[in-house]
Amino acid sequence: METGTLVRWRKKEGDTVASGDVLCEVETDKATMDYESSSEGTLLKIVVQAGGQAKVGDTIAILGKPGEDFSSLLSDARPAPAKAPVAAQAVVSAPAAAAAAPARGAPAVSAALTGRVRSSPLARRIASQRGIDLRALRGSGPNGRIVKRDLEAAPAGGAAPRPMPASPTYTPGPGDEVQPLSSMRKVIARRLSESMFTAPHYYLTVAINMDELLATRARLNEGREKKASMNAFLMAIAARALLHHPKVNSTWNGDSIIRHSAVDIGLAVAQPDGLITPVVRDCGKKGILTIDAELADLVERARTGKLQPSEYEGAMFTISSLGSSGIDEFTAVINPPGSAILAVGAIRKEPVVGKNDVIEIRQRMRVTLSCDHRVIDGAVGAAFLRELADMLENPMLALA
Amino acid sequence: MSVITFREALRAAIDEEMARDDSVLLLGEEVGQYNGAYKVSQGLLEKYGPDRVIDTPISEEGFTGIGIGAAMAGLRPIVEWMTLNFSLQALDQVYSNASKMRYMSGGQFSVPIVFRGPNGPAEFLGSQHSQALQSIYAHVPGLKVVAPSTPADAKGLLKASIRDNNPVVFLEGELMYSWKGEVPDGELVIPLGTADIKRPGKDVTLIGFSKPLRMVLEAAEALAAQGVDAEVLDLRSIRPLDEAAIYESVRRTNRCVVVDEAWPFASVGSHIAWLVSRNCFDDLDAAVELVSAEDVPMPYNHGLELAAQPSVEKIVDAVKRVTYA
Repeated sequence: METGTLVRWRKKEGDTVASGDVLCEVETDKATMDYESSSEGTLLKIVVQAGGQAKVGDTIAILGKPGEDFSSLLSDARPAPAKAPVAAQAVVSAPAAAAAAPARGAPAVSAALTGRVRSSPLARRIASQRGIDLRALRGSGPNGRIVKRDLEAAPAGGAAPRPMPASPTYTPGPGDEVQPLSSMRKVIARRLSESMFTAPHYYLTVAINMDELLATRARLNEGREKKASMNAFLMAIAARALLHHPKVNSTWNGDSIIRHSAVDIGLAVAQPDGLITPVVRDCGKKGILTIDAELADLVERARTGKLQPSEYEGAMFTISSLGSSGIDEFTAVINPPGSAILAVGAIRKEPVVGKNDVIEIRQRMRVTLSCDHRVIDGAVGAAFLRELADMLENPMLALA
Repeated sequence: MSVITFREALRAAIDEEMARDDSVLLLGEEVGQYNGAYKVSQGLLEKYGPDRVIDTPISEEGFTGIGIGAAMAGLRPIVEWMTLNFSLQALDQVYSNASKMRYMSGGQFSVPIVFRGPNGPAEFLGSQHSQALQSIYAHVPGLKVVAPSTPADAKGLLKASIRDNNPVVFLEGELMYSWKGEVPDGELVIPLGTADIKRPGKDVTLIGFSKPLRMVLEAAEALAAQGVDAEVLDLRSIRPLDEAAIYESVRRTNRCVVVDEAWPFASVGSHIAWLVSRNCFDDLDAAVELVSAEDVPMPYNHGLELAAQPSVEKIVDAVKRVTYA
């Protein structure tokens, strides 16, 4: 992160601030983070108002003793370090990066938050050759520098060169509105372009009879105040299928393929301007109700941009549902470092040719699996999707 | 192949070239009757007589200038400086005349001369007599600077230096004269400007020359015991510099440590570190490290004297920095 947007002040001028108090909320590339004060005192002056932007290191506020004269600090307030702070006076600077402990298996995202990636020239060259995004890696060198050995275990985008950036060649006409890109829009554009341009996608579609699953869900939810969501069922059953088909739960790594021991599944969640994929870790070991509870919390915070990076990075399989938007079927772009994504359509009553050629009315749902052909061959993808469909049609099979 | 000392290898080179070419002569302080301050020229006065092995007064500027004049007139003098520390007296002759004569005369005069003697610190010699001065001679265009680390290289490179038509500063080391090593029998001439891989390796390139190279090889062995496979590249000549060999090695290992017993500021070592940084930029996994003398006058106290110089430990530490170990 180089520049952040100050979303909201949680303290106002005159408030007493203790070390560790949340001063304000800062929008980074992908999430809105709480910024905690590392100093204590009285908030004398807010320099950057809510909605304003600040570079890392800029002065955003001044702390000190009540009534203290801080005019000299204001006049040279830009490069952050306070010169010889008078008494308890302290200049509060924009956070360099909110430290977020990476979840197991999830790439650390310090680079995604700090913008500038420290890396050795050799690491940059290897990354460029293998289509690896350095911003998704954690460096083991001094100051987090990414060095050669950090790339050896990195998920790669493949051997293709980095995609050409779309050059802004279009001249807006009268009445057109030019919207600068938000940091999230940039991340979405980059990640999805890289996925689409480096991973050879292919698509498998299947129509599934959902009557049994809907009945099962209704029985499970009977008498429950909090109803388990369809997404929780999809996740739990997809996890079972992934355990049976480990080749699908894998990551392309340039000169190797990583098979993941845990099943970490992301769910695409729309935000006002963008989307994010909160991840439920280790779904293979969790029941539907556990997954549902975790998902409910993650989705709620995802919608309001409150996820920690460790909560949205590193999905190895992703579910994207547009059924509630009335879409029958669609294809989705694979969400790296995963190698497959499931696009889920709406459940609708349809006439179906049943046993003995009798036309029946069934609840049908179409899903489309996008696979990275470098990792998942057609027959492998088909076997996985067939078993997933069988389990959804007959949930008992998921227990087998 | 015979095992001889560095001193004997130098003597053999001078002897063979004096026998081969009547225009080769040796001059300097105590090179004749005393057989050389470090006995490099032992027996040569007896063999070649006082016209070709000339004892000079204690006047570096004088006999260095006489050597340059003799070279311009067609002879091939070898000027022995008792130490490089004393050569500073003659610096104007070397800088202003030897290095520039061919250029300024439009090629009418060449200066086929070798200036040779011990360079760098030995022991207990104090600040003025413990200096490694290669940076000064490498700085000026028009001079060649040669710095062998083994008896065989010393012999082959000195013979090539004597035959070269340009002024060559040939760097030895007081502590090196008694070093022994295998030297091939028969004619041995090593072209100037060819570096030599003294130890092949794949994890890091250690670049050195002259006396510290032995220490670099010891460091490489210590590193091998820790699982780091270091390549040791002996430059052998500083000018001309075998840049191709340096880059070839660093591009294989992706890491580089330069070892130079001179001070670090504007030195041969710092220059090579810059060349590597510039020309191998995309191949480097870490910033180039330089192990040099500490940036201080040499202390007389022996503990401090050792601490002010490169050491096996300092080289190993630098390798750990470039390998992020």
